[in-house]
Amino acid sequence: MSTPISSYSSTFGFPILTVLVLLPAIAGAVVAVLPKRFGSVARSIAMSTSLGTLGLAVAMLVSFKSNTPGYQFFAKHLWVANFGISWELGVDGISLFLVVLTALVFPIVIGGSGVSTPEGLKSYMSWMLLLEGACMGCFLSLDIFVFFLFFEATLVPAYFLISRWGTGRRAFAATKFFLYTFLGSVFFFVAILIVAFDAKASTGHLSFDLITLSSGHFLSSGAAKWLFLAFTLAFAVKAPIFPFHTWSPDAYSSAPAGGSVVLAGVMAKLGTYGIIRFDLSLFPQAASVLAPLLLTLGVSGILYGAIVAAVQKDLKKVVAYSSLSHIGFIIMGLFAMSPQGLDGAVLQMINHGIIVAGLFLLIAMIARRRGTWNLTELSGLQKAAPVLAGVFTLVMLASVGLPGLNGFIGEFLILLGTFITHRWWAVVAGGGVILSVVYMLWAYQQAFHSKPQGDNAKVSDMALKEKLVMAPLIILIVFIGIYPKPILDRVTPTVNSLVHQVRTASHQPSEESR
Amino acid sequence: MTLSLLGTSTIAVPHIDYSAIGPELVMIVGALVLLTVAALVGKNLARRFSTLFTVLVGVVSLLASLKIWFNVTGAHHVAFSAVDGAVVDDGFSAVILMLVSIAVIFVGASSEGYLSGQSIRSPEFSVLMMLSASGAMLMGSANDLIVMFLGLEIMSIALYVLAGSDLRKNKSGEAALKYFILGGFSSAIFLYGIALVYGSTGSTNLAGIAQFLATTLIIHQGVLLAGLGLMIVGFAFKVGLVPFHTWAPDVYQGSPTPATSFMAAVAKAGGFAGFLRVVFSTMGTLKLDWEPIIWVLAVITLVVGSIMAIVQRDIKRMLAYSSISHAGFILVGLVAATASGIAGSLYYLFAYLFMVVGSFTIVGAIGGSDDLEDYRGLIYTRPFLATGLGVLLLAQSGIPFTTGFWAKFEVVSAAVDAHSYAIALIAMVSAVIGAFFYLRVVVFMVTAKTKAQVSDSVGEEQDVSVGAQLVPSSGVEGGLVGGGPEYGGDPTYSLAVPSESGRSDEVDTDLDDSGVPERIPVGFGVGLVVSLCVGFTVLFGLWASPIVDLATKAKLVP
Repeated sequence: MSTPISSYSSTFGFPILTVLVLLPAIAGAVVAVLPKRFGSVARSIAMSTSLGTLGLAVAMLVSFKSNTPGYQFFAKHLWVANFGISWELGVDGISLFLVVLTALVFPIVIGGSGVSTPEGLKSYMSWMLLLEGACMGCFLSLDIFVFFLFFEATLVPAYFLISRWGTGRRAFAATKFFLYTFLGSVFFFVAILIVAFDAKASTGHLSFDLITLSSGHFLSSGAAKWLFLAFTLAFAVKAPIFPFHTWSPDAYSSAPAGGSVVLAGVMAKLGTYGIIRFDLSLFPQAASVLAPLLLTLGVSGILYGAIVAAVQKDLKKVVAYSSLSHIGFIIMGLFAMSPQGLDGAVLQMINHGIIVAGLFLLIAMIARRRGTWNLTELSGLQKAAPVLAGVFTLVMLASVGLPGLNGFIGEFLILLGTFITHRWWAVVAGGGVILSVVYMLWAYQQAFHSKPQGDNAKVSDMALKEKLVMAPLIILIVFIGIYPKPILDRVTPTVNSLVHQVRTASHQPSEESR
Repeated sequence: MTLSLLGTSTIAVPHIDYSAIGPELVMIVGALVLLTVAALVGKNLARRFSTLFTVLVGVVSLLASLKIWFNVTGAHHVAFSAVDGAVVDDGFSAVILMLVSIAVIFVGASSEGYLSGQSIRSPEFSVLMMLSASGAMLMGSANDLIVMFLGLEIMSIALYVLAGSDLRKNKSGEAALKYFILGGFSSAIFLYGIALVYGSTGSTNLAGIAQFLATTLIIHQGVLLAGLGLMIVGFAFKVGLVPFHTWAPDVYQGSPTPATSFMAAVAKAGGFAGFLRVVFSTMGTLKLDWEPIIWVLAVITLVVGSIMAIVQRDIKRMLAYSSISHAGFILVGLVAATASGIAGSLYYLFAYLFMVVGSFTIVGAIGGSDDLEDYRGLIYTRPFLATGLGVLLLAQSGIPFTTGFWAKFEVVSAAVDAHSYAIALIAMVSAVIGAFFYLRVVVFMVTAKTKAQVSDSVGEEQDVSVGAQLVPSSGVEGGLVGGGPEYGGDPTYSLAVPSESGRSDEVDTDLDDSGVPERIPVGFGVGLVVSLCVGFTVLFGLWASPIVDLATKAKLVP
């Protein structure tokens, strides 16, 4: 079965998806080679580019046809003819909001980050823009090979962002992050080649096109299982899924604020997105067979992340482990193999991006005032900074899944979807919801309640610029929480067709185990 | 001109097609002219004459190589052998000729800084380089084992002298001696291999041997296989495969850096040209016999090369091990033993040349003791060189959108296509190990010097204890300080404030006071070579088709 390409291709007079990838990337390269004396305009270039990208992404969102499965704004050009590698972009219900999320997070990070002297600023902005281009490339590529290129390419900017502008053991954290992810990708890389060359044996020509490769099932079921695992390993490290997460607390806490936001808000989604996009469509049968394994890892992540988060003294690490817990929910939703679960997973990817970005931004604001984000040194901030405390409360409640805020919708759909197909996993995961309330409230209590001591009494409240940075996130948290229909209308058709595809493939094993 | 690759059997002096051996002749004549001119002019030789002349000779030889390339790959043209079947001009040899010419141009241009730094005016360095290049070219286009041996020796003997050309350093002499003694052994082993092969096939002509093997059933293969094995050992030594690699780190470290750069590029190109031609093309019928050997060699080379590189403190030694690991990758293409595998190996050699020459040029320009500690904070003092080295090292580790990535992709995909999954995985895992030591250098370059180190380097006795206390300067974890010297106090709105901003501000101010070393300008030749190498690596990483197509078109003709 082939994933249809919607006949509705583009209302724009130009290849909008290509521009979405190349605009930030080219701007990044331009900023990088800018002479030093123009360093001060780097931020304006970066800001206007990322806002332009956001504008384009919103334009795409508006003209995206809802209630339609299949890829829209599809574009394909041969790139390296010798190996059948093509520049093939398309967006569907699954990637649509991730693209918008990416386009939203980067201007926030760029606008909110401060690296003071011109040259540091210039390289910082350049890496940020390159990272945005690479992330866009990942979410939009339908050629597995090009996806892999972008997937790997995200490492370099992220590495430099952590190692040059990070804090604490930043060089260690950056190197650990790079090597972990690189190692995970190695198996992915070889597996991609095996998939493509295997298909070549049947079709006669080499192609990395996802649509071609997933249309026929070229693999024997035994091989498919191994390849599925190889793909999943790369995504599991990137996401990160328990127990492949050990790089992430180090990287999240050592990265500069902007880096943490991007790492957890956008780059973590590359892993979960990769699972939906590639694992489920290339190896539907293997995915169904191995679903219990992944569900177990997901549930373990939910519980482990929540428990470990509860004992952290480093506020950034609390968020890092809570993020692990949330990714566990997403994984559970993905492998529930039900429309509700997958719907919830896609929604939760967006929610998690928004929430975790908000949390890291708020921590950065605390750090700016107090010079630390260690919970033992924070107390009673609520007294001096009530607005900050209020915003923190809202984002935190969204994170723990309070009804009426966005986190609830995602978690609810995931638990529902999992309960339908894999009851016991859902029951255990429900415990994670309770635990998440525990660690978040504890952390909040320590930082904001009680009597302010020392410098904690003298902190200033949120400035206008900070409010502006947080505003879009707050609006989205509330909006999605109250009215998720516009999103679900666009996500569900694609999800339904994918679930149908997976179910068909897994119920007719004879069809593919040649 | 005859299309037969066998050559005629008359004893008469063969017809010599000079254009077929044009690049080699250009190199030899160039070397002789330079030597003569220098001998006549004596001490009055203009300062830059030798290097400029070398670059010129390289360009002419590159043009001659391009002419051969268009001759053999055009629509109506085919590969041909010349000089009585002694050399063959096919797409493969044309690419090797181009590569060696490019290496001569680049090293010629970048050696200027080294030569004037050592106030060397005599032309030996350039002459030896050109002679060595002619040997490597001969290896690339040899169609006869004797000719190949001649090429090997011309290349190697000039390299031995180049390795020892820094008379002021003991290590250079040590390197030369080590290289010479071990190289002499390996040449002898190689020659003995040729003798055994000749004994069992009755020919030294590669086409003749291939034809003999294709048409004759040899029942007792012992002598033939022994000959092949010994030849593989000889090649393995030249290209630095484990366990025949032990010379490489010492020689790379001890030789003057331009010589190292030349050696790394040219000895690999020439050595692998002969290796691939003899093993894949001539001995293709014995594939089942040599493939396991090559497999084992490739695996241990990949693993040992990348693991040993991790523990090096000297950047030249580290790059030596990294080039050993690259040799393992190039060999993966031969393990695949398909046309696409050979194309992959050739592409790898192409990409490798630019990466390695660029890297060594930068290392040479930075100079100093080559210790990794010298590279700390390089991005602040020498941003151009540090950026260039960063790009080239990341390319060597196989980061996407660089030629280094496509090189690894080509050989690994050929291996996967040939169902050699195990070696594909081993190669990629060793690439990860490799990434670690490339990143280590990058970490050093972007980590700011601590106050203690800066005051050390400017020779002032300041409050060292503060800096030492702030930064435990150890390996990867070095650098607790929130920022480099350039992000000083932070008055503006900031999300990137380090947790210990107060402390890092203090260090920053101190750094400014004690004087960050001034930025040192980069010589024109070095700047040009680095820009070209980095430009090539990135441009053809983004626009991959041209070089990929070139490597695919460059067919080996048996």
